[in-house]
Amino acid sequence: METLLQQTLNGLVAGSIYALVALGYTMVYGILGLINFAHGEIVMVGALVALQTILFLSSAVPGLPPLVLLLAGVVVAVPACMALGYLIERIGYRRLRNAPRLAPLITAIGVSFLLQTLAMIIWGREFHVFPQLIDTAPMQPVAGVVVSPMQIFTIVVAFTLMGGLMLLVNKSRLGRAMRATAENHRVAGLMGINANGVIAATFIIGSGLAALAGVLFASNYAIAHYSMGFTPGLKAFTAAVLGGIGNLPGAMVGGLVLGLVESFGAGYIEHLSFGFLNSSYQDIFAFMILGAVLIFRPSGLLGERVADRA
Amino acid sequence: MKANKLFIAPAVACLAASLAAGTVQAKEVVVRIGHAGPLSGPAAAFGKDGENGARLAIEDANAKKLQIGGDTVKFELVSEDDQADPRTATTVAQRLTDAGVKGVVGHVTSGASVPAARIYENAGIPMITPSSTSPKLTQQGYKMTFRVIANDLQQGNALGKYAVEQLKATRIAVIDDRTAYGQGLADAFANAVKAAGGQVVGREFTNDKATDFMAILTKVRAANPDVVFYGGMDAQSGPLTRQMKQLGLTAKFLTGDGGCTGEMIKMAGDALSATTYCTQAGIPLDKMPGGAAFRTEFKQRYGSDIHVYAPYSYDATMALIEAMKVANSVEPAKYQPALKALNAQGVTGPLAFDQSGDIKGGAITVYNFSGGRWAPLQTLQ
Repeated sequence: METLLQQTLNGLVAGSIYALVALGYTMVYGILGLINFAHGEIVMVGALVALQTILFLSSAVPGLPPLVLLLAGVVVAVPACMALGYLIERIGYRRLRNAPRLAPLITAIGVSFLLQTLAMIIWGREFHVFPQLIDTAPMQPVAGVVVSPMQIFTIVVAFTLMGGLMLLVNKSRLGRAMRATAENHRVAGLMGINANGVIAATFIIGSGLAALAGVLFASNYAIAHYSMGFTPGLKAFTAAVLGGIGNLPGAMVGGLVLGLVESFGAGYIEHLSFGFLNSSYQDIFAFMILGAVLIFRPSGLLGERVADRA
Repeated sequence: MKANKLFIAPAVACLAASLAAGTVQAKEVVVRIGHAGPLSGPAAAFGKDGENGARLAIEDANAKKLQIGGDTVKFELVSEDDQADPRTATTVAQRLTDAGVKGVVGHVTSGASVPAARIYENAGIPMITPSSTSPKLTQQGYKMTFRVIANDLQQGNALGKYAVEQLKATRIAVIDDRTAYGQGLADAFANAVKAAGGQVVGREFTNDKATDFMAILTKVRAANPDVVFYGGMDAQSGPLTRQMKQLGLTAKFLTGDGGCTGEMIKMAGDALSATTYCTQAGIPLDKMPGGAAFRTEFKQRYGSDIHVYAPYSYDATMALIEAMKVANSVEPAKYQPALKALNAQGVTGPLAFDQSGDIKGGAITVYNFSGGRWAPLQTLQ
């Protein structure tokens, strides 16, 4: 029982980070029908920029409280990633808006390589230690189940951001414009919506969320590295597909489900398969679930529209 | 009849001193010995260290004016840079064989040694690696491949026994990263644990790009182990120990040489304690039979300290020369059997090879984390 609760908690922490990243994939897909493969690298840039800021500040102004340092890292990393997201859209994708769909897709893969290589040149190949500014010491709310303030912080921040994004999209003027552009950006343009502006805003918001996800990821695992964005990026993309790509609540649900499935997969696959499979199949287990969901619900868990744009 | 050789002009100059003494009887032959290792790139320090060790051995041997096959032998080092790259290693190996070397000290990294071994095998030239620990190297069934350092399997074995016999562990969990290195080490460890009477209560897997180990560690924690072993590299074992601490998993932590690094100390931060152990193939310089003397000699010759493997590279060179002496021939085909049957005392310990070319009773040193660094605890043979 304790193990079950502990695995649920592990899954929720990993899942809420996946969900934050998945939102970026799904927002861009919803509006442009583009899978922005460079999104995972924004997570990495966010973490490394925050790391750089924290290291700089802690040596320039010794004695700053940890929370201030972390906040400073975020305050620098989020706008930096927002600017980066905007630049990628402006330089990489906008000119290809009316090109065949493969062109922006290949561009996205190219941008991903470019960002990774640039990060490697700037920050080197070595693994960096990301300071754990929020306490990671275990607390035991229930016997046998441990949770650290860092984990609680991760879940709370992720859920707050997701709630905020839902409000923005469903209640604000910008949100309404985004939904209209998602329906059809040409018609939205005819209705007086600045489609380019809305698309840029989408990239900016998604990149900001990715930067925060990067900081949360790096703080949880105390690690930052030029290639750290690849795996969470891929997982988040999977989560977005699982939840129904293009659908915001779907990305959140998909992220959480993927995190939980991975955690339970690693924990229980051996029992479930009577010792035939073991934890080296944990990733396969996650993809098996994805496959099964897509067979029965081709548009994902919460997705409604399928292939309505050609 | 051999004396007339001495009147060849260039030889006169360099042998003037010995001429004056009037002791030179035999003719002098030059025997080339190759050294291959990374002299550029991130592993360059290891390659340079190996080269220095080999050069020192050759200078020591030359000072003795060895007589082999009736001739005075003058050894000459031919050093090549393999950049720790498998493809460059084969090119370099070819170049060395073309240069007519009679034996090779190297290569330094396993990735380079494994492909290069094939070229030396085909050319019939013995190679002795001072530092490649991959079991695969001596599993290729080559007659010309030797190594003077314990391999990963021997390391896993020694650690497994250590966990059960010295740490008194009964419940042991084993995790590996599914790479050739990690899996090989972990399997050898698990087998040794079982052989020594310990119980493997968990066998979990991750990969060499993973950062999140919470799920498998939660499962491991449920099995209540007193030792957790990880077969893999420092980039994973660092975060892994942090997450163990975070989950309140207080078992002792053991890992192989992949985690016995400064990088591991950096990555793991305050998750390390005196109950974190790691191993390195080989033996600390202070504990080597000829360690103190070697340190002084090395320092005098190069003005710098030994990096890690110089004593091993010295011994590898000495093993080649010793086998030539025993066989009374510098021809690889003649001295290879003598190398196989070698029984000599080196700087690092006894030099004798088993059937596959691995060193017999290669030393493994266990370290624990103490005073901010890896402190040697005990050397296992």
